[in-house]
Order: sequence, then structure tokens, then C-alpha cells
Amino acid sequence: MTITEKILAFHSGQKEVKPGQFILADVDIALGNDITAPLAIQEIEKLGKEALPYPEKVVLVADHFTPNKDKESANQCLKLKNFAKKFNVKNFFELGCGGIEHALLPEEGFIIPGQLIIGADSHTCSYGALGAFATGVGSTDLAFAMLSGKIWLKVPESIKFIYNGKLNNWVTSKDLILYTIGDIGVDGADYKAMEFEGEAIRKLSIDARLTMCNMAIEAGGKSGIIAPDEITIEYINQLPITNYQLPILKSDKDAKYAKTIEYDVSEIEPQVAFPHLPSNTKSVSQAGNIELDQVVIGSCTNGRLEDLRIAAEILKGKKVHPYTRTIIIPATQKIYLKALKEGLLEIFINAGAVVSPPTCGPCIGGHMGVLAKGEKCLATTNRNFVGRMGDSQSEVYLASPAVAAASAVKGKITHPEEIISG
Amino acid sequence: MGKTYKFADNISTDHIIPGKYYHLRSNLPELAKHVMEDADPEFTQNMKEGDFIVGGRNFGCGSSREHAPLIMKIRGVQAVLAKSFARIFYRNAINIGLPAIECDTDKIKEGDELELVLDKGIILDKTTGEEITFKALSPLMQKILNEGGVVNYVRKYKDLPT
Repeated sequence: MTITEKILAFHSGQKEVKPGQFILADVDIALGNDITAPLAIQEIEKLGKEALPYPEKVVLVADHFTPNKDKESANQCLKLKNFAKKFNVKNFFELGCGGIEHALLPEEGFIIPGQLIIGADSHTCSYGALGAFATGVGSTDLAFAMLSGKIWLKVPESIKFIYNGKLNNWVTSKDLILYTIGDIGVDGADYKAMEFEGEAIRKLSIDARLTMCNMAIEAGGKSGIIAPDEITIEYINQLPITNYQLPILKSDKDAKYAKTIEYDVSEIEPQVAFPHLPSNTKSVSQAGNIELDQVVIGSCTNGRLEDLRIAAEILKGKKVHPYTRTIIIPATQKIYLKALKEGLLEIFINAGAVVSPPTCGPCIGGHMGVLAKGEKCLATTNRNFVGRMGDSQSEVYLASPAVAAASAVKGKITHPEEIISG
Repeated sequence: MGKTYKFADNISTDHIIPGKYYHLRSNLPELAKHVMEDADPEFTQNMKEGDFIVGGRNFGCGSSREHAPLIMKIRGVQAVLAKSFARIFYRNAINIGLPAIECDTDKIKEGDELELVLDKGIILDKTTGEEITFKALSPLMQKILNEGGVVNYVRKYKDLPT
């Protein structure tokens, strides 16, 4: 069996499962946010339920339209809070207590290798970085996971992606995943588990692995997963949690895959996904002269400490281009504080960037950085669909924090090498 | 019977719920007035109850927001037909009671009048006389759709679908 099949077999009380099989699986964590949880709450209320059987398995995070953008967003967050109080959900993260869900949950120790996590947010697949099975669902599925502790799943086939070789300078996990999506397309892994392997993956930090698994959904993947190793164990051991077991989990040698795809990462340059699909990728050197009105560094994809450190390395002692407003968003309060203590925020502010509180805001065109008609933005986020970040005639380019920081300085899409050597 | 509105490959949830109307997300009937606006600005003015949305590959890619199929249903879309669906959209559509049908949509033209026979796995194109077949949904999925979604199903049968 693959690692994915092993986790699903364990959670459905079976010795073995096969792709295509429908299972009723136990859920370890069910996640909702201020956009998706209110609909689930409404459904729970419609059914007249008064209590949840496993409130400790539920995590609610107010992160999408926080700090509350308007009266409607305030109402959504209030629904979350009232539900948490009434149904005894202790893991409710109000503004100031948490941050962006997919950076927050690993940091708070909710994600352990071998677990099964469902979240009413498509980027729930991020948690595969720690060797868990994690997938995005809708509000109805969240409601039923909250009410029963279970979810129906179809066991997915897996595709194995092997990354051989050594990464070039300024090439990050964001570039690997953009390159992969560019190669297989936005439905190249439809309904499948994407298993990432190889020596380049083994050297990635957990921050970097989270970026990689985060974007599995952008290739249509049901999940992304990286088998746990020493780096995973070291990460888990430094978390403020006790009472956990770390299973030894990896795919069997004779595990079956729908496909195996190998890349030589030494051939990969920093990538940019052009509008309006994450698969529309090019090497930065091939980008041409794309002038930018805005740069955003943050999101559940690239708002972690390692991302901010890379951005600071490039922005140190530099100024962002006067026509390119630059927004930097530490993904959680803890990351914010660490960035503050390390002096990263000072570098950003001296460079003329604005540091935003943790929020999903601009990534979804919600608030805190919405685009006007005709504007172009390079962002470290995950989607560049039509109208994603504002006006339907604005454009979003996706890249790594290194490319984003370099591009902010020049005011156009730029290779980080140009800033550091020049 | 209903008329078809055709869309391209990779219609995302951002096309379905344009970002500029996010402030309406707690007001679904209002939000439904803008469904698909960023893919076709005239769609919501022109479409009538019972009409069909016809897509290509990877329909509904992107967000897990259930609002996407929900506002289609509220606006009166009878079913979404596509060559393939993004998995979360598909799951959500069935859960809220909107038929999502995987079939060959190349033969269907914009404006064709269709009749959907869900339990038989047949779409009759009354304009061209063509009959398009699709793999009939499982009996359970049909039961969920007949009840108008999982929540209604549970209210009626007092249990989760099994």
C-alpha cells in the first residue's frame, strides 16, 4: 500500500484498502473558517442538534475576512464564536489568538503524522507535509464530520513525484510545485493523492514542505503527502504537545501508483505562473517586462517564517519600487512575533513595504490589498484565476517569496540574482 | 427542459462567485443574482429557471466553498454538465442537491434545449436530436439529489447516507 492507503485503512479499521473503494473513516481534526463554517453551523442548527460528540476534534479559525472587513464579515465571525461557546469548541481561534489556518494548525500541534484531517477549505491538503492525510471538503461534509466524527471518502489513486538532484540558488519548494503544476496541468492530479519524494524533498524544511503540499489542489489533487522523516520528527518534538505517538509511515516498495514522474531539480529555475491559471508557468528569466502595481508576500502558501527570512534577505537595505505597493503578511501571531524579534519587520518597513496582520484578505480579493481594473500583482499566494484578487480585469502572477521580494524592488518581475549580485 | 449556457474549460469557483460580491456571502439569494458573472456577464440576466450550465474540463476548480453550487441551485440551474469536475465542487454539488453530470459536452451547443433523465443516464438534445449518455449516478447519490441534498436526506431518514 501507499502511505495514503495505509492511513485510510487505519482510519477505517481495515487491514487494506484499494483505490476506488468507498470508506467511512474516522476524522482526527475537522477544520472550518469564517467563510465555510457558518454554512455548516446553519446546517447543524437546521438539524436541531444541541451538542457535538467530539468537540475537541473541531478547530474553528477566523482568518479569511479578519480583522472584520465589514458588518457581514463581523457577523460570520460572530457566528463562529457563538457556535464555539454553545458547542464547547475550545479550539476556536479569534483574531489575535491565531492566524491563517494552514500555518496555524501545524504550529499549534494539531497535525501529527498518520492522522486524517478534513477541512472546509481547499488548502487543507497542506498538512500532508507532516505525513498526514488531509483533504478539503465543503460545508455539508464539515457539518457531518462535526456531528459524527466521520467522513465518507473514496480511496484515491496516488501519483509519485520524485525530485532528484540539488536545488539551484533561489529555487524553493514553491518553484518545484509551480513547475510540477505547469508540467501536469491544473487537472493533472484530479482526484489523486500526490506523493512527493526524492533527495530534494528530503532536504526541505517543514515550512517548505507545507508550501509544496498546499498547492496539490492546484493540480486537482485530493491530497499531497510527504512521508515523515527526521525533519518531521524534529519539528513535532519542538511543539508544545505531549501524548502523541509517531507511527513509522512510508509507502511499501510494491505500492501501486497511477503514475511515477521524475524531475531533475537542477534543471528548474525560479518559476512564475502567469494569469489566469497556476499551470501557466514560465521561468522567471522568460517572463519578459511585466511591470507590477502590487506585490504580496504571505498566505497559507508562503507566509511562514522561512518565507519572511528569504524576503528580508533580499529587501535588506533596499527600497521597493515607488509604483509597486508591497504588502507582507506574517501568517500567524507567532510568526509575526518571531519576525519582529529577528528584525525582519524592521527590514520590511525600512524598505517601504507594509506589514499586515495575519489574514487571508488579499489572496481571495477580500480586503487588505484588492486590485483595480488593469492592475498587475505578483503574489506568493496559490491562485491566479480571473478576478481572484479584485477586478475581473486585474492580473495575478504567482511566484516564491524570493522572486516576489526581488520584483518589488525593481517594480517588475525579476530574478532574485539581479538584486543580490547587482 | 432547459436551455444551455456553455462555458470554457477550468471554470473556477472565482468565476462562479465573483470576488467583488463577497460581501453578499451571508445573503445567498442576493449572491445568486451574480452567479458566473465573471465568466459571462449576461448569464444571470438571461438564464431562466431550469436552464443548464455546460462546461468543459475541470469544472469548479479552486475553492471548497459550498456557496458555488449552492447559488447555482438557488438561481434555478437544473444541472451542471461537464467533461470533468474538480472533486470538491462535485462533492459539494451532490451534497447540496445540484446534479453534476460528467459527460461529453462537445456535442452540446450554446442555446440547445435539453431534457435530463437522471435515473437513466440520458440527456436528450431536443435541438439537434442527439442523445448523450452518461454513467448513471449511484442509487444513493440519486436519492440524495431527489431529497434536495444531504441535510434534507438526514431530516427525512434520520441518519447519514450509507
